[in-house]
Amino acid sequence: MGDMNTPTQITDAKKRYSAGVLKYAQMGYWDSDYEPKPTDILALFRITPQDGVDPIEAAAAVAGESSTATWTVVWTDRLTACDMYRAKAYRVDPVPNTPGQFFAYVAYDLSLFEEGSITNVAASIIGNVFSFKPLKAARLEDMKFPVAYVKTFAGPPTGIIVERERLDKFGRPLLGATTKPKLGLSGRNYGRVVYEGLKGGLDFMKDDENINSQPFMHWRDRFLFVMDAVNKASAATGEVKGSYLNVTAGTMEEMYRRADFAKDLGSVIIMVDLVVGYTAIQSLSHWCRQNDMILHLHRAGHGTYTRQKNHGVSFRVIAKWMRMAGVDHIHAGTAVGKLEGDPMTVQGYYNVCRDTHTEVDLQRGIYFDQDWGALKKVMPVASGGIHAGQMHQLIDLFGDDVVLQFGGGTIGHPQGIQAGATANRVALEAMVLARNEGRNIKEEGPQILRDAAKWCSPLAAALDTWGDITFNYASTDTSDFAPTPSVA
Amino acid sequence: MRITQGTFSYLPDLTDSQIAAQIDYCLDQGWAVGIEYTDDPHPRNTFWDMYGNPMFDIRDATAILIEVNACRATFPQYYIRVTAFDSTHGTESVVLSFIVNRPDAEPGFRLIRTEEPGRTVRYSIESYAVQARPEGARY
Repeated sequence: MGDMNTPTQITDAKKRYSAGVLKYAQMGYWDSDYEPKPTDILALFRITPQDGVDPIEAAAAVAGESSTATWTVVWTDRLTACDMYRAKAYRVDPVPNTPGQFFAYVAYDLSLFEEGSITNVAASIIGNVFSFKPLKAARLEDMKFPVAYVKTFAGPPTGIIVERERLDKFGRPLLGATTKPKLGLSGRNYGRVVYEGLKGGLDFMKDDENINSQPFMHWRDRFLFVMDAVNKASAATGEVKGSYLNVTAGTMEEMYRRADFAKDLGSVIIMVDLVVGYTAIQSLSHWCRQNDMILHLHRAGHGTYTRQKNHGVSFRVIAKWMRMAGVDHIHAGTAVGKLEGDPMTVQGYYNVCRDTHTEVDLQRGIYFDQDWGALKKVMPVASGGIHAGQMHQLIDLFGDDVVLQFGGGTIGHPQGIQAGATANRVALEAMVLARNEGRNIKEEGPQILRDAAKWCSPLAAALDTWGDITFNYASTDTSDFAPTPSVA
Repeated sequence: MRITQGTFSYLPDLTDSQIAAQIDYCLDQGWAVGIEYTDDPHPRNTFWDMYGNPMFDIRDATAILIEVNACRATFPQYYIRVTAFDSTHGTESVVLSFIVNRPDAEPGFRLIRTEEPGRTVRYSIESYAVQARPEGARY
């Protein structure tokens, strides 16, 4: 869009650089004719300008404040190749059916960014603009990275393919559970839950995001008891098992110390929380590469900025950043569980994690093609309020390359934790078998589960307990380009 | 104990027609199917012996099932698995692997704990069958 009143770049250098305040568009941060270069980094912002602020000037301001601009003209621009360094807003579209909101496309020259640093990308793209007064709200919806930039990142230390090879688990989603209660268990009691879950049939158990080293359980105690449980369950089943040992701590040095101990004890996987920051995540990722370790990322804290549609950062951007920063697992939503997420939007996050090449898919909230340049794939994790009775929906939505985590749905089983784990594993394998046989699991799923429950009493008990539980609330973060189906 | 490696070990043993349906699925996906056998089911024993190369050029589930049954006849007391390989760029690995034959008795594994300074313990897992007898005479 654009109209006759939109100011355009002042090309007379003397006028352009005389002291004072200009519109951002006049300074050169809006160019409707700009053709993004294949090497540009692109960002799509949803902006809500203050009343009376021209959306194009607002878009130019976003481009300006996320690249070189300040509020007034500075002569020192003229010492630089400033036109190249200026980000360019090049397209502004009204958001469908949402008066007052606009999609602003901004292109950034590759030279604006340090290689291999998500922290630098974040500092540039979301560093300043989100507090900018002329905007009521702003949200970073999507980004596109040129392959040249993608290749400056090592990416996931393990990736889906190698993780499966190491675990010797193929052709089905992996199964996990978070140890509960998340706080208060002693190391010994905690390890008990891990052993029961793994022996019953889970592939992974998991520390929760806030289990670090509290007074009730020192981290070394947890690691020692958990690894005894993991190895005992492995011997009892003949399978490789794991438990995500959360190494999140107050300093990088302490996180390395905990990661080293996890390695010494033979763990296949460690875990870290998103709140440790992008630099710490990249550092741990490199450590994992050196130590044959799978890196699980718990997206603790993301809901503070990803959930509301008008302001913040979409989770699809966080997912892209984390694939580049290099994690092997990332919590990406369940669509059917207790936490926020509309099904198509969540599928969009999964695609970002798992595609070799992501295509534009507006219904799933993907606004750019993205060539991943052979960067390894991230295993998405579906966790939070899901149970065996939803197995057909989960496999239909997400396919095989996902970790399905049933915490309460395992530990809360009326016949015990092992029975809960077995119910989930049987439901999973029965559903994959039926899907591969060509059955329509979306339609026949409940019958497939009931048939398996005839010979598997733990599954029968699980279906009796949770079969009717749904979390059917309207999502806040939905696609702007499709109706939102309900999944209940 | 029942070793639960493989995609479908928590289900009752698959019938021949169920196995054929899974092979059909693999062929429909464009994957190559191979047959592998072992008498050392250690969880980290990756390289089971191949009953011939993966059958890249056989696109008929019935013919592959004949091979599965020939392998079972040759190694009735071994673990046998059907493994599918996907050569698509970005995957190029195993994509399905399920057990289709087991020995009559599965003695399972011994967990060996070696105590070290502090409370650290080193773990290793050893199959009772492997410990008892040499390769080829274990089950």
